[in-house]
Amino acid sequence: MPGDFATEILGQSATKSSVEALRSELGLDKHPIPRYFEWLSNVFQGDFGSSFSGRSKVQGDQGDRSRLVVELIIPRLKNTLFLTGVSALVAIPLALLLGISAALYRNSVYDRSATGFSLVTVSSPEFFTGYIFILLLATLFPVFPTIANVNEDTSLIDRFYLTALPVFTLTLVTMGHMMRMTRSAIINILSSEYIEMAKLSGATRYEVIVKHALPNAWAPIAQVITINLAYMLIGSVVVEFVFNYQGIGRLMVGSVYNRDIPVVQACALIFASTYVILNLLADLIGIISNPRLLYPK
Amino acid sequence: MTSNNKKELLLEMKNIHIDGFSDERWHKILKGVDLNLYRGEILGLIGESGAGKSTMGKAAMGYTQPGCKIIKGEILFNGTDLAKLTEFEKRKIWGTKISYVAQSAAASFNPAHRLMDQTISAANRAKINPTEILRKDAVQLYESLQLPDAENIGERYPHQVSGGQLQRIMTAMAMSPRPELIIFDEPTTALDVTTQVEVLSAMRSIVDKFNTAAIYITHDLAVVAQMADRIKVLRYGEEVEESETREMLSNPKEEYTKSLWSVRSLIKPEETNEDYMLSIKNIDAAYGSSKVLHNVSVNIPRGKTVAIVGESGSGKSTTARVITGLLPQTKGEIIFDGKKISPKLEQRSKEELRRIQIIFQMPDTAMNPKQTVDEIIGRPIEFYHGVKGKEREAKVIELLKMIELDETFLDRLPSELSGGQKQRICIARALAANPDLIICDEVTSALDQIVQEGILKLLQKLQKDLGVTYIFITHDIATVKAISDEIVVMYQGEVVEQGLKSKILNPPHPDYTELLLSSVPEMDPDWLTNLLNKRSS
Repeated sequence: MPGDFATEILGQSATKSSVEALRSELGLDKHPIPRYFEWLSNVFQGDFGSSFSGRSKVQGDQGDRSRLVVELIIPRLKNTLFLTGVSALVAIPLALLLGISAALYRNSVYDRSATGFSLVTVSSPEFFTGYIFILLLATLFPVFPTIANVNEDTSLIDRFYLTALPVFTLTLVTMGHMMRMTRSAIINILSSEYIEMAKLSGATRYEVIVKHALPNAWAPIAQVITINLAYMLIGSVVVEFVFNYQGIGRLMVGSVYNRDIPVVQACALIFASTYVILNLLADLIGIISNPRLLYPK
Repeated sequence: MTSNNKKELLLEMKNIHIDGFSDERWHKILKGVDLNLYRGEILGLIGESGAGKSTMGKAAMGYTQPGCKIIKGEILFNGTDLAKLTEFEKRKIWGTKISYVAQSAAASFNPAHRLMDQTISAANRAKINPTEILRKDAVQLYESLQLPDAENIGERYPHQVSGGQLQRIMTAMAMSPRPELIIFDEPTTALDVTTQVEVLSAMRSIVDKFNTAAIYITHDLAVVAQMADRIKVLRYGEEVEESETREMLSNPKEEYTKSLWSVRSLIKPEETNEDYMLSIKNIDAAYGSSKVLHNVSVNIPRGKTVAIVGESGSGKSTTARVITGLLPQTKGEIIFDGKKISPKLEQRSKEELRRIQIIFQMPDTAMNPKQTVDEIIGRPIEFYHGVKGKEREAKVIELLKMIELDETFLDRLPSELSGGQKQRICIARALAANPDLIICDEVTSALDQIVQEGILKLLQKLQKDLGVTYIFITHDIATVKAISDEIVVMYQGEVVEQGLKSKILNPPHPDYTELLLSSVPEMDPDWLTNLLNKRSS
């Protein structure tokens, strides 16, 4: 990112000395490497530092209104987790159901339209899907609000109502991918010899899919689900922006504008660890669902 | 074997036509085959790959693989035409009245479920008995199939038991609902001879015990001779001939049937000398931390053929990898043509590399599918001899003639060749380097009997013309008899013995050689019975 907090906040007309003064106050003039290690050791102690914005010197005010990064992030993170969680609860079961049933009736009209539709939803960007929803369900048929404006006092029911459109958008964007992967993971396994064997021992179509194919498909399905969970959490940046939802994605975008590096770093750290943890989870599911790895010879 | 004087017809297949879809068009797989099976009788169905025997076996259940369909014909099972039943109706028969034992047990068990659950699944689904009784019965079946730890083996997962054990558990699975008919589809093809004997005897005794009718599909006449009351020979989707087993073995009528065991009649006089092309001395080798070769010493006489035999896991192929330098030994030395050569591939000179060539078991995977025959054979010519242009092309054509093909093959891709032709191209590729020693690693195992014979004859002819030395790795004793001068027997990474063919094949034997040789099925319908009597006494 070109520029830093000091040049950004003081603007074009700032004198060189005032920029320098702000830099040295924020510690921006120190060498990057010691700064990095200082930040890292603080993070390990749970200290993400303070936000640059809201400082007394900047505002020309007496009291220091700068806030701790943690304080800033936690309510936003809660909001994002709520949005992602609700979307996941809708999208994952729906995707599994659609994927399994598409595999069950593969090449039927149902399968073709389901996979075709999912391709459309996967290919459409979130902002487009989001605006389509706004057009349909907020403008033409005003069922849901366009702006998902929640705060700490909003009741749970209201939260569901307010976040309906963002949830639909995230669901639609991720479900297609999960559904298609579930379908192909199962179909892949359907060509195995043990599936033919199951058929020849009289298993019904349903049994073949659910009892024989699905247990062997959990590993790839878990992979794609966790990738999409991570995507929901991180990809919610765009959706939050479209619906003006006070989530961590919006916070990060705002902080990037201001070059409020401590906040940006904390957000990036959260996003990165989400990926790592979710992938770890997928690997664990892969191990648990595979007797070859669970029970050694 | 049971007599069929009862003669109650169980299965009657009339004029079966089946088409399969591949390469963008429909092919005829079966062209009007009839089949009759009586209660308690075992019918052997034999033929080469592509003869339609597996398709016929599955059709006996009213089942066709995806991409195949029954065009015409009736499949009367207990008087009901299976070809006319719906999927739903057929499912009530599959697994309960008719069950199926597949070729590859390892691939045919669901890796996610315990063996016991899979064994009793069909009987459980049909609610033949309460689960507890089915479990007890399965344990008894395991016992009568002589599985170790019959009480608990069912609690394991498929990957936790050996291939031979899996194949027996699959037989128990087929027997669990006490079907009237079992289809055995090449059930022992993937097994070692020593394991095959155990599985065959277990299957035969259990089919006898419950007087179940069976169709036994295989390409191995000697195996079917042990199992079947009657044998039907198929070729190109048509019946060649059918008769009682003894009649078929002693007096086959059709030329084709006779040719099926022609490899067994190929004989080569043995010769040897003390002039060694290659000696490996006290070799140890390991994959990672697991040691697979223990103090292996073998001498390969110049211009002769040494066969290395043993079951899978005996270290045959590892020995080949050590000789080629693909797997450097941890101890011992390799003397090639009087000179010690480096264990590591990278440290050998181009000349040393040229003089040792290898031919692999699976020609399908040993060739680049995107290269033409010309490129495949031409590359080693260029690489080792630096020959280019017209001269190179002349050399490629000369090699093609040597392997009894011609220049029309130059532009073909491996996918446009038959299995036997592919293996011939692999031989030509090895010959292109003009080597002194060729290692043949199970080169005929993936091929049909008649094609095998052609390849073996070609290899013999090449040895006579070019004086090339062979190391012939195989588990097939018939091939060994046909081609070798000397034999090395390996077991669990050690050499059991080495010597002239006549010495190794004739008694007295070390214990393991005895076990290995006696396990090779013979064309005698009483062979298995006699062998089991001998072993138990």
